[in-house]
Amino acid sequence: MATTALEHTHVAKRSTLVEWLTTVDHKKIGILYGASAFLFFLIGGIEALIIRAQLARPDSTLVSPEFYNQLFTMHGTTMIFLGVMPLSAMFFNFFIPLLIGARDVAFPRLNAMSLWVFMLGGLFMNASFLLNAAPNGGWFGYAPLSSRQYSPGLNMDFWVIGLQILGIASLAAGVNFFTTILNMRARGMTLMRMPMFVWTTLITQILVLLSFPAITVALIMLMADRTYGSSFFSIGGGGDPMLWQHLFWVFGHPEVYILILPAFGIISEILPVFSRKPLFGYSAMVFSSAFIAFLGFGVWSHHMFSTGMGPLADTFFSLATMLIAIPTGVKIFNWIGTLWGGSLQFKTPMLFALGFIAMFIIGGLSGVMHSVAPADLQQTDTYFVVAHFHYVLFGGSIFALTAGAYYWWPKMFGTMLSETIGKWHFWLMLAGFNLTFFPMHFAGLLGMPRRIYAYPAGLGFEMFNVMATAGAFLLAFSILVFMYNMWVSARRGVPAPADPWGGATLEWTIPSPPQEWNFTDEPVVAERDPVWGMKRAAGVRTLPEPTRSSGQGIHLPGPSWWPLVVSVGILIFFIGFMVKKSWAFPFGPITIAGFLLTAIGIFKWAYEAPDANAPKH
Amino acid sequence: MIRDLRTFSRRHLPLLLLAAAAVTLTGCFDHSLYPQSTLSPKGDYAEMVDSLFQTTVWYATVVFILVEGGLLWAIYKFRGKPDDAEPKQVHGSTTVEIIWTIIPALVLAVVAVPTVKTIFDTAKVPTASPDGSQPLKVEVIGHQWWWEFRYPELGITTANQLHVPIGRTVDLRMKTVDVLHSFWIPQFAGKRDVFPNRETRLWFTAKATGEYPGACAEFCGIQHGRMDFYVMVNTPEEFTAWVAQRQADSTLAPTGLPKAPAPAATDSVGVATVPVAADTAAPVVLAAADPKVAEGQALFSAKGCIGCHSLNSVGAPKGMLGPNLAGIGTRKMIAGGWLPNSDENLHRWIKTPQAVKEGVLMQVPEMTDAEVDALVAYLRTKQ
Amino acid sequence: MSSATLAHDEAHEGHHTSLPIDNRKLAIWTFIGSECLFFATLISTFLIYKDNHPKGPGPKEIFEVGLVTAGTAVLLFSSFFVVMALNGAQEGNRKKMLGWLAATIFCGLFFLGMQVYEFNHFYHEGLGYTTNLFGTSFYTLTGFHGTHVAIGTLWLITVFKDAVKGNLPPAKALNLELAALYWHFVDVVWIIIFPVVYLMSLRS
Repeated sequence: MATTALEHTHVAKRSTLVEWLTTVDHKKIGILYGASAFLFFLIGGIEALIIRAQLARPDSTLVSPEFYNQLFTMHGTTMIFLGVMPLSAMFFNFFIPLLIGARDVAFPRLNAMSLWVFMLGGLFMNASFLLNAAPNGGWFGYAPLSSRQYSPGLNMDFWVIGLQILGIASLAAGVNFFTTILNMRARGMTLMRMPMFVWTTLITQILVLLSFPAITVALIMLMADRTYGSSFFSIGGGGDPMLWQHLFWVFGHPEVYILILPAFGIISEILPVFSRKPLFGYSAMVFSSAFIAFLGFGVWSHHMFSTGMGPLADTFFSLATMLIAIPTGVKIFNWIGTLWGGSLQFKTPMLFALGFIAMFIIGGLSGVMHSVAPADLQQTDTYFVVAHFHYVLFGGSIFALTAGAYYWWPKMFGTMLSETIGKWHFWLMLAGFNLTFFPMHFAGLLGMPRRIYAYPAGLGFEMFNVMATAGAFLLAFSILVFMYNMWVSARRGVPAPADPWGGATLEWTIPSPPQEWNFTDEPVVAERDPVWGMKRAAGVRTLPEPTRSSGQGIHLPGPSWWPLVVSVGILIFFIGFMVKKSWAFPFGPITIAGFLLTAIGIFKWAYEAPDANAPKH
Repeated sequence: MIRDLRTFSRRHLPLLLLAAAAVTLTGCFDHSLYPQSTLSPKGDYAEMVDSLFQTTVWYATVVFILVEGGLLWAIYKFRGKPDDAEPKQVHGSTTVEIIWTIIPALVLAVVAVPTVKTIFDTAKVPTASPDGSQPLKVEVIGHQWWWEFRYPELGITTANQLHVPIGRTVDLRMKTVDVLHSFWIPQFAGKRDVFPNRETRLWFTAKATGEYPGACAEFCGIQHGRMDFYVMVNTPEEFTAWVAQRQADSTLAPTGLPKAPAPAATDSVGVATVPVAADTAAPVVLAAADPKVAEGQALFSAKGCIGCHSLNSVGAPKGMLGPNLAGIGTRKMIAGGWLPNSDENLHRWIKTPQAVKEGVLMQVPEMTDAEVDALVAYLRTKQ
Repeated sequence: MSSATLAHDEAHEGHHTSLPIDNRKLAIWTFIGSECLFFATLISTFLIYKDNHPKGPGPKEIFEVGLVTAGTAVLLFSSFFVVMALNGAQEGNRKKMLGWLAATIFCGLFFLGMQVYEFNHFYHEGLGYTTNLFGTSFYTLTGFHGTHVAIGTLWLITVFKDAVKGNLPPAKALNLELAALYWHFVDVVWIIIFPVVYLMSLRS
C-alpha cells in the first residue's frame, strides 16, 4: 500500500535558527533563496499595484511623482534581481545536484555565501525606502540622470551599491554551478544525457560569468563619478553618457536570457513528464539554447535604436535580433512537438507549462516587432515594450517558475499542493495576467510613453489603463490563492510519494523530501531520462517507494559561519562608500572595517576544512 | 461540449474567421480618439514606419494563428487520461527540425528586406521637401522638463509648441542641456533621443494641418511624466503670420529678416486660439494700455521672472533656465505642454509651481493673488 | 608530462569528477574566464578615453616607460619563478619550493612598489584621479590590476607560510597550483595592459 513506505518517513526535526544561518546544504539554501525571493516578489508586486492604482485614472494624484519614480525603479530592479533570478536560484540550488546525481554542489560554503550576499543586498536596497531614498533613476540608471549632479541624494547610491553586492552573489554562484555541472555528474551522465534544466542552467551560468563583468565595471565607474567626482559619464569632464548605455546593455541583454533560460529548462522538464513521451528534439534544444546565449551577446544595441547610432549599426542589430528569433522559435516548435502524439495530463504543473508556451509566443512575436528598428522607434519607451517584456518575463519566466514550483514542491517539502486550488490559481493568474498586459500593447501603439507618473485625459489612454489596473488586482488575487495553496499544503497537505508525477529524472528516485545526502548510493546513468529507462527495464510505471537510510558512512560538508561573516563584511565594505570621505583617505573607516571583516572571514574559511563541523557518521 | 467542438468549428468556420479578423482589425480604431497614436500617421516618415509595421503585424498575426493554434490544437487533440496506454516514444525528427528552422528564417528574411530599406530611407535627412522647398531647420533642445525650439534661419525661439508649415520637410537638429530626453511626435516620426555632447537628427514632413500632442520618451527625472509638447501644423499663410508675429516680438530690431506687418493688439491671431476647457472661463485679453498689464510688466522684472524667461523670440539668449514666453498668451498648453492655458491654470502655475509640477526648477517669490493676476494679464497680451 | 598525470590523480583522489580536473582548479579557470571580461571592459574604457586630456598631463608627458618596463620584466620572471616553485612542491623538494616561492613574492612586492611609486609620482606631477579622463581610466584600470597583484601576493604569502610550516606536501601541491594559476592570469593581464596603455601611447 502506498502509505506503508511513507510510514518510514523521517521524523521532521525542525532546524534551529543557527542551523539555517550556518547551513551549507544546497537544499536548505534553495529553500532560503525561494522564501526570500518570494517575499521580494511580493514587495515588487505591491509596488506594481500602487503604480497601477495611480495610473487607473488620468491626472491622478494618488502618489507623488517622486514616489512613483521610486516605485517603478524598485519594481523593475526587485523583480529582476530579487525576484526572478533568485527564484531560479532556488531551483538551481535544490535540484541541480539531484538532477545530476550528486550529493551537493562543488563549493557548499561558497553557495551559502551567494545566498547571504543576495539576501543582505536585497534587504539593503529595500532599506532605502525607510530613508525615503529608494532608487529613482529607473532600473537601467541612464547617465547623466544617475550622476551626482542630477541625482544628488542617496537614492542612486543605494542602487549602484545594491546591484554591485548582488553581482557578487551571482558571480560566485556562476563559478559554483558551472563547476558543479561540468564536474560532478553521476557516472555515465555525459553532457548529452543531462536533463534539459541542467543544460539551461549551465548556459545561464556561462552568461552570468561573461556578462556581469560589464555591469560590474559600469557600476564601478558610476560609483567613481558619484563618489570621487570622476567623469566617466559626465560631459563636463569629457565623458560620454553613451558609454553607460553600451556597458549596461552589453550586460543587460544577456541578462534577459539569464532570466528566461532557466524557465526554458523547467518547461523542457515538465512537458515530457505530463505528455508521457520524451522531449522532442533534445539535441536541437541543447544547441538552440547555446546559440541563443551566444547570439545574445551580439544584439545589445537593439535597446538603443532611438539613440541615432546610424543606419549601419541599426541594420546590424536589427538583423542580429531577428536571427535570435530563429532558435527561439525552434524551441517553441519542439515543445509543441513534445505534446504532439502524447497523452497529456493536465495537472497544475502542466497547466502552467502550457500557459508559458501560449504567453511566450505572444511575447516573442512582440519582440520580433521590436527588432524592426524603424518600427521600434515608435514602440520603444512606450507601453508596447512594457507589454512585450512582461509577456516574456511574467508570462514566460514567472509562469515557468510557478510550473516548477508545483512540479517540484512535493519533492522539496514532502507534501502535495492542492490540485483544485492550483487550477483556480492558474486560471485566475492567466486571466489577470492577460487583462493586465494585453491592453498595454494598444496603449503603447496609441501613444502612451512609459515611466510617466500620470497621463492627461483626452489622449484615449483611459480604457486601457483601467483594464490593466483591474487585471493587476486580479493577478494579485491569484497570487493570494497560490499562497493559500502553500499554506494549506504546509498544514495538512497530502504526504507526497517519491514520484508523484511519473518522472524521468533522478530526483524522483529518492524520498520526498530528500535525505541530507540525497542519494544513499551514487547513481549510475546509462541514458537520457534515466528513470524512465529504469522503469522500462523493470516493467513498471512507478518504481517502488525508496526507503530512508541511516546515511552510515556518507561524508558531507559541515555547517559554517564564515559564509555569513564574509557576506556581512562585503555589505559593510560597500556601505562605506556611501559615507562621505576625504580625498586623502579615499576609503573611509567603514569601508576598511568591512574589508577587514571580509578578509578575516575568507582566511578563516580557507583554513576550515569543509567537513570541520560535520556530524560524525 | 468538447466532443462537439470539431463539428462546431467546421460549421461555424466563417464566423470564427470573421471573429479572428475582427480581433486583428481592432487595430483600426476611431483615430480621433487617439491624438497621440502611432497608427494614423500624418507625415511621410511615420507613414514609412507604419507601412513597415503593418507588414510585420500581418506576418506576426499569421504566425501567431498558426503557432498558437497549433498549440491549442495539440492540447485539445492529445488530451489524455492517467490510465491511457503509453504513447509512442518519439525522440525527434531531423527533417522536421530543418523545416521549422528554414521557414521562420524565410519569414524573417522577408521582413528584413523592407526593414533595412526603411532604416536607410529614414536615416537620411532629405535635402528638399517633397514640394521642392528647402527643409525648415529647427533646433530642438531638451531641458528638464520642457522643450526649446529655435529656428536659426528665421532667428526666432519658442518653447513647448512647435509650429511647422504643412508640406515642408522639417529638419530637426537636437540636443539636451542636461539629462537624456527623447523627442517623440508619433504622428510624424519615430522618437529620437537627445544627448548633451552630440547632435541627433530627425525629420518629417507634415501632410495634414492640426494640433498634435507629443511627449518626452526617455526617463529624465521627477517630471518626465509632464514633459509634453505640441506640434502645430499650419497652412503656409498661418505659418508666415506666426513667424512674423514672433519676429515682431522683440525689443531688438531684427536685421535681415523678412518683414511682416505687426498685428494690432486686438487682432485675432490667426493660428490656434487658446483652448478653453469646458468648465473654465475664456481667457481675458486686456488692451495693452490697461494698467493691470502695465503692473504685470513691471512685476515680470521685479519678481525675477525675467531672469529665467525671455519674452523676446528674436535674439533670445541660449541657455535660459526657463522656456521662452513669446506668444505665451495664446499657447495651447502651459507648464511643459500638458496643462490647458486658462487664466485659472496660469494663475496657479505662477503662484505655486511646486503644487502644479513638483520638483520643477521654477523658483517664485511670494506674491499676492492680485500681483499674479497682473502677471497673467500681462502675459495674455503676449500673443 | 608529469603534471598532467598528477592532476589526473588528484582529480580522483577525493571523489569522482566528470572531467579530469579537480573542482577547485576548474573553478579558478572559470573565475579567470570571467575576470578576462572584467579587464577587457576596463581596457576598452581606457582605449576610449586615453586621448581625453584637455587639461593636465597626458601619457607622453607623464609615463616613465623605463621604470614600468622593469616592473613588467619582474612580473614576467615571477611567473617563471612560481612555476619552479610549483615544480618543487610537486617533487617534494622543500628548498626548491620555498626558494622560488620567496622569489615570486619578492617580485610581486617589487611590482606593487613600482606601482605605488608611479601613482604617487603621477599625483605630484599633476595627474590626480579626476584631473582628466585619461588619468581616471588609467588609474582605474591599473589600480584594479594592482589590487589583483596585491591579492595574489597575499595569497602566495599564505601558501608560503603553510609551506614553511610543512603543510604543503606533494599531495597538497594543488593549493600552490591554484595560486599560481591566478598569478599567471594577473601576469597575462599585465602583458596586455603594458603595450596597450604604455607602449601605444609612445607613438603618435
